[in-house]
Amino acid sequence: MSTAAATQAISAGDRQLPAAVRKHELASAVTVAQPYLAFRLAGEVYAIDILRIREIIEYTLPTSVPMMPASVRGVINLRGAVVPVIDLAVRFGREATGVGKRTCFVIVEVEYAGAILVLGLMVDGVNAVMEIAAENIEPPPSFGTRANAEFIEGMARIDGRFVIILDIARVLSIDEIAAIKSVDVAQN
Amino acid sequence: MTDASNAANIMAEALGTFMEEAADLLAQMEAILLQAEDGACSDDDLNALFRCAHTIKGSGGLFGLDEVVRFTHVVENVLDRLRQGTLHFDSPLISLLLGCQDHISSLIAAVAGSGEMDVARSDELIGKLQAVLGNAGAVVAAAPPASASDAEPTASGGGAIGSDHWHLSLRFGPKVLQDGMDPLAFINYLNQYGSLIHVETISDTIPGFADADPELCYLGFEVALRSSASKAEIEGVFEFVREEARIIILPPQSRVSQYLELIEAYQGEVARIGEILIACGSVTANELEQALVQQHGQDKRARIGDILVEHGAIQTVVVEAAADKQKRSEDKRSVEAKSVKVPAERLDALIDRVGELVIAGVGTHLQIRGINRPELLESAELLLALVEDIRDMALRLRMVAIGEVFSRFPRVVRDVSKELGKDIELKITGAESELDKSMVDKIGDPLMHLIRNSMDHGIEPAELRLARGKPARGTVELNAYHESGSINIEVKDDGGGLDRERIMNKAIASGLAAAEDNLSDQDIYRLILAPGFSTAEKVTNLSGRGVGMDVVRSAIEALRGTLDIDSVAGQGTTMRLCLPLTLAIIDGFHVGVGNSHFIIPLDMVVECIELPPDVGDMEYLEQRNEALPFIRLREIFGEQGPAHARPRVIVVRFGRRRAGLVVDRIYGKCQTVIKPLGPLFAEVPAVSGSTIIGNGEVGMILDVPALVRLCAGAARRKTPAMAQPALLTH
Repeated sequence: MSTAAATQAISAGDRQLPAAVRKHELASAVTVAQPYLAFRLAGEVYAIDILRIREIIEYTLPTSVPMMPASVRGVINLRGAVVPVIDLAVRFGREATGVGKRTCFVIVEVEYAGAILVLGLMVDGVNAVMEIAAENIEPPPSFGTRANAEFIEGMARIDGRFVIILDIARVLSIDEIAAIKSVDVAQN
Repeated sequence: MTDASNAANIMAEALGTFMEEAADLLAQMEAILLQAEDGACSDDDLNALFRCAHTIKGSGGLFGLDEVVRFTHVVENVLDRLRQGTLHFDSPLISLLLGCQDHISSLIAAVAGSGEMDVARSDELIGKLQAVLGNAGAVVAAAPPASASDAEPTASGGGAIGSDHWHLSLRFGPKVLQDGMDPLAFINYLNQYGSLIHVETISDTIPGFADADPELCYLGFEVALRSSASKAEIEGVFEFVREEARIIILPPQSRVSQYLELIEAYQGEVARIGEILIACGSVTANELEQALVQQHGQDKRARIGDILVEHGAIQTVVVEAAADKQKRSEDKRSVEAKSVKVPAERLDALIDRVGELVIAGVGTHLQIRGINRPELLESAELLLALVEDIRDMALRLRMVAIGEVFSRFPRVVRDVSKELGKDIELKITGAESELDKSMVDKIGDPLMHLIRNSMDHGIEPAELRLARGKPARGTVELNAYHESGSINIEVKDDGGGLDRERIMNKAIASGLAAAEDNLSDQDIYRLILAPGFSTAEKVTNLSGRGVGMDVVRSAIEALRGTLDIDSVAGQGTTMRLCLPLTLAIIDGFHVGVGNSHFIIPLDMVVECIELPPDVGDMEYLEQRNEALPFIRLREIFGEQGPAHARPRVIVVRFGRRRAGLVVDRIYGKCQTVIKPLGPLFAEVPAVSGSTIIGNGEVGMILDVPALVRLCAGAARRKTPAMAQPALLTH
């Protein structure tokens, strides 16, 4: 069922795709556009390279892991595998994400020490899969966004609003999350 | 896929097989050599030793590993002398051969890409081997060559042929190429034994172009070889194709009749074979003509009778050899039937799936229990029981005998005892005890350290041993046995035992203990496991740097094991490792705190009691006149979920410590598959892993010792005087 939900979400994205894509094709017929998954988080729209994404699943209450920083919401059972869930909002230094009707987990793959790790991102909802040409991506501004500049790969303007493209490897740096944790533990 | 890349794949696969086989053979060589050192080396062992080297050389040749072949060839020569009894084992020779065995293994490792072939080392060892061969040379020259009597021509059946070379008639089986063998490689390999004088290719059997299957081999070869090798050696070249191929080997100066037999073996090609023999220079045209005339002139019956008689003589040998061979291949097959090689990840995937099956089964069972249909419940229970059986069997698939680890220690003990100048014997018992493959891989290093430690610090020098009335030869025992769901491994020495006073002095000097501490013997012995502790007055190559034992301890703790030390002064020390059989599964006690589920390893749970309501804010309670410190998991983990009006206390024991864990709910005993938490949670104290419980939720497996240490640490910061001793002493 969770896989079905994922396919649905992605295909729903496909349906919304053409308008955005056509516009870009007109603007830049030459460069190849990359597909990104756009999602909402605390009122902003973020995007992740779709190649990083394994699936999108419904929200279930994660099991909390004791003595972990607030950015780690806990773990879920993903068809027999135990997958950690990261609250991106907390990672960006804001309030913990509340649970709404469209809250879901974006399951992503990141590389760590030569192996592929599977992590879940808790987001307010997924929007669409959109293609963004490299030339439409601007370098991150040094300030002004609520996410840390170091987490941002670039900014893209889509339909008149900015989409923040996340550098997922930086956002989900295992070493960094673990470092936050050891600080927490030391304070305890 | 192209044929070329296909072939490359097959080659890579074959090379992998060769590596594995070579590793097995080298291990066998090592075992035999070590046995030989104790003077227990039968003829069978010598033959086996020779065969090991021979097979490595042979298969190495097939892969074109020239350096391996060049080096192993010399080793093989020495082993051959040993086998023939013209050379005898002594300690330096065994050391040399062990060195050679190591070198072959490093050469083969170099093939796999993990280093350079050390040609200089080969040359050095070859030099030493040749010195050994040279010494024995005189003896060999005196003894008549072993094959002389076989090759001696007799008068019957025609005179000897004057040629001084071997004649080989090779008809490879049609499938030789499909089996991954190259006939040319065999012929080239003959160059190892001598020089090829002439090679004639027999292409008569090649069918028309339309009928020819390009994957079959239609060619035959007639080879003239000048060589001083024995017939067995030349036969050995064709060991891998012998079953399929027709190989006839005629020694130099064979009887004409043997050539005639060869000719007869190829009915219909007589003229052709004759020509070939002449072309090879194996017989002259004259000799052949005479022989043919003689044959026709003779009474046919007599000649056949002759051949039969000869055959009779030959046949008993041939039949015996064939029967022997058949038996051997049957033995081999029955051994093969007993074990199947399976990639570890496939097994892991299977165990993972079966684990999920159990979880799903438990979930179904829970739901069915809710709908009051006895017959449905019964079948669900049966199904669940079967699934659990399958899970147990699947887990058993990963079990291997611990002997796999033990097998490397005899060599270590030998080398280390030489290095230390002590005479030490290693006794191994219980090598057949089984445990999980992943454990086997991880206990090698800690065990190695314990054994070295026993040899270095435990066993006294020979003079001291004699003075103490003990045999000069020290003994280290390695003993493994199963006990109540876990495996115990003992490393026991009959040395001087641990010196209580010295450990204590050292511990006081390095601040690990205080002079006024009233410690039991066990506690004192455990001090040697502390980081930075070493009582050795001189640091040796082996141990004494004080880094070892705490590494051993943490390695064992990482495997959820314990290490106990027993020692009797003057009589020896026993280090007892107690390890779970597997890391994949755990017998747990399922409890709930707030909304979360936790699993406590069942072997640590002593009992469950209710938390007395009058306990208030205290952190210990009184149980049977003993103070029991307890930990409120709810507070430690910051759980928000619904609490229970009457919390329970789970009394746990690990090592000799006792503690209570206050929980909200008790669900009971369960057996669960451990799911690792991954690097993100690698350093989370108090949690050692996770598991998926019956309803599909994730439960955390508590690491009780770490949890208690953590709380003790926190308590120490709060109230240094009170809480710490309560939790830390036993």
